[in-house]
Amino acid sequence: MITASLLVDQFWTFTITGLAQGAIYALVALGYTLVYGVLRLINFAHSEVFMVGTFGALFATRWMGVELGDPTDHGALAVIGFLVVCGLVAMAFSGGTAVALELIAYRPLRRRGAPRLAFLISAIGASFALFEAMAVWQGRNPIPFPRLFEPKELFRFFDASVTQRQVIVVVFAVLMMVALQLFVSKSRLGRGIRATAQDSETARMLGVNTDNTILVTFLLGGIMAGGAALLFLIKDEQTRFNIGFLLGIKAFTAAVLGGIGNLRGALIGGLALGLVENYGAAIFGTQWKDVVAFVVLVVVLMFRPTGLLGEQLGRSRA
Amino acid sequence: MNGIRFARKGGALLLGLALVASACGGDDDDASSATTAASGSATTAAGGGVKCDDLSLAYFGALTGDNANLGINIKQGASLAIDQFNEKNPDCQIELKDFDSQGDPAQAPGLATAVINDKSIVGVVGPAFSGESKAADPLFEEAGLPIITASATGPALSTNGWKIFHRMLGNDNDQGPAAAKYITATMGAKKVFVVDDATEYGRGLADAVKEALGTAMSGSDTVQEKQTDFSATVTKIKAAAPDAVFYAGYYAEAGPLAKQLKDAGVTAKFVSGDGSKDPGFVTGAGAAAEGVVLTCPCAPPENFPDFYTAYKAEFNSDPQTYGAEAYDSATAFLLAIADGKTDRKSILEFLKTLSAPGVTKELAWDDTGEVKDKSVYAYIVKGGEIVPAQPEAIK
Repeated sequence: MITASLLVDQFWTFTITGLAQGAIYALVALGYTLVYGVLRLINFAHSEVFMVGTFGALFATRWMGVELGDPTDHGALAVIGFLVVCGLVAMAFSGGTAVALELIAYRPLRRRGAPRLAFLISAIGASFALFEAMAVWQGRNPIPFPRLFEPKELFRFFDASVTQRQVIVVVFAVLMMVALQLFVSKSRLGRGIRATAQDSETARMLGVNTDNTILVTFLLGGIMAGGAALLFLIKDEQTRFNIGFLLGIKAFTAAVLGGIGNLRGALIGGLALGLVENYGAAIFGTQWKDVVAFVVLVVVLMFRPTGLLGEQLGRSRA
Repeated sequence: MNGIRFARKGGALLLGLALVASACGGDDDDASSATTAASGSATTAAGGGVKCDDLSLAYFGALTGDNANLGINIKQGASLAIDQFNEKNPDCQIELKDFDSQGDPAQAPGLATAVINDKSIVGVVGPAFSGESKAADPLFEEAGLPIITASATGPALSTNGWKIFHRMLGNDNDQGPAAAKYITATMGAKKVFVVDDATEYGRGLADAVKEALGTAMSGSDTVQEKQTDFSATVTKIKAAAPDAVFYAGYYAEAGPLAKQLKDAGVTAKFVSGDGSKDPGFVTGAGAAAEGVVLTCPCAPPENFPDFYTAYKAEFNSDPQTYGAEAYDSATAFLLAIADGKTDRKSILEFLKTLSAPGVTKELAWDDTGEVKDKSVYAYIVKGGEIVPAQPEAIK
């Protein structure tokens, strides 16, 4: 049942929900893109960095005694407090996981000059180890995340209703990305990252501590994934041991779509993927969502093999 | 194990219960056959002190892993029937042997071989799920070991010509039309939107519902397992403005979908099948679970007070989905043993001609192994609990 009328009628609703989903893809995509830019390595365990972050935020709500069920009137300040704590804990969990991955799964291999394939297997192994460990510890059922505030319509955009949730997700994601951009382009550590991405040998000779730089890169990717984890929980309100799997694939796709190794590419790729998926679902039915998304990816890569923006992190002047 | 130890202590009480039950049991059939059944099985099987040596039944299904809860319900239902039998027949002690498949089709063939090689096993309660049934049943067929599943509802299972196959409840093809009937007739919905999860179970159930709905179906969509964002589907449903939404799939996706529909202001009634009949649905859907209708070919254990009390006394918990069906499955085997059948072949032949009252329904199967009474029941979520919407089956 292919019909464009639904998309035309509900265009703005599909656009807004697509952007909210795309913003989360983009934040996770940054982790792939950062590590790829510096190490030319696809960190396939990054999906688990995100997953651990969602559990971090979940544990934070339990420590603070937030209960499931209808949100009692917490008051705006309390809600903001909860969100900040959850976000920080999620970032700490995700960042910690990303750093641990680098130290345990990648650095020893790099020291021994292992072939590229070994890193890939190490990444996949680490990913399995992480989510199976979480499954054994926390069970395999979906775990609901407590609702901190009721979704309310904030304003209408044309005929589509926009909730405060969607606004929080998109605005917060964009703010995090801007902060990351500034950090990479302005700070001393950021310069180290760009230098290492451009030519790690030369960077080392010029006095950049590349091991530290790589660690910081993983940490930054992890922090972004932690932010994404909180936004995801606000939007979809649940997590599960394998929550990272599908989202990780999508985020990786977004990174490639935008041009892997390119920070702004991750943003563009994430948002574009979220939109294309939703439009595809509207026209062909939700079961065709992924088919549409990946066909678009293949077509884009056919004409622009390096992705939409296609610049490398090192050469990025942003 | 705890349950069984508990059972020994409560044995005397149970015996008393069974006797009282049999004394109360009338001889009318149909509606109250359910009540007589709990006692019926126990008394018939009790007969006059059956004698046998080294016989056992197997439970085949998940006891650990994702779907352990469902498996434990089934195992406990079966073990209750066996304990009651053993209590009355000191010279014939049947053992229930557990084979934990974790619901995994990959493990099923190896486990089935272990069951077959244990010569003391004369019947299997299970396999619990359709996937593992597909993998294990051909081996049971080859070995001529009779099985009665209390929960596998894949329609295709009875179409393979397996002589050993018996099913204690209706299959998905029976559930679809009943669900459609309940939505349109009882709930009065004129426009129904059908969503499935693209699994073998969900797609099959959705197709059966769509066919039965006919022109009352106002639209359909397909989601994926593990999906968490249903905004596209929600937007479609909102645009179609149906009176009811039927979801064919499992609770992991049904919960969030119901929640996101409510958040988007969709007021259509949410209805789903037995795949969502799990407390996990209520947790996942939160406040949106209230008033949701769930259909299931399983009978509410509350309908059978004798069974209910005995189960609660033995396991210190309320019987859940498929517990009563499992009790019936084990009872059918015990009736065969009480009738002096002590090997796989004669028990299988006994099942073919059996017609006796059970707890949930009559213990009688057609040639393909489908139970003759295929009642489907409606449940509703009230105060966070899944309770029967009406005691009687959907007619």
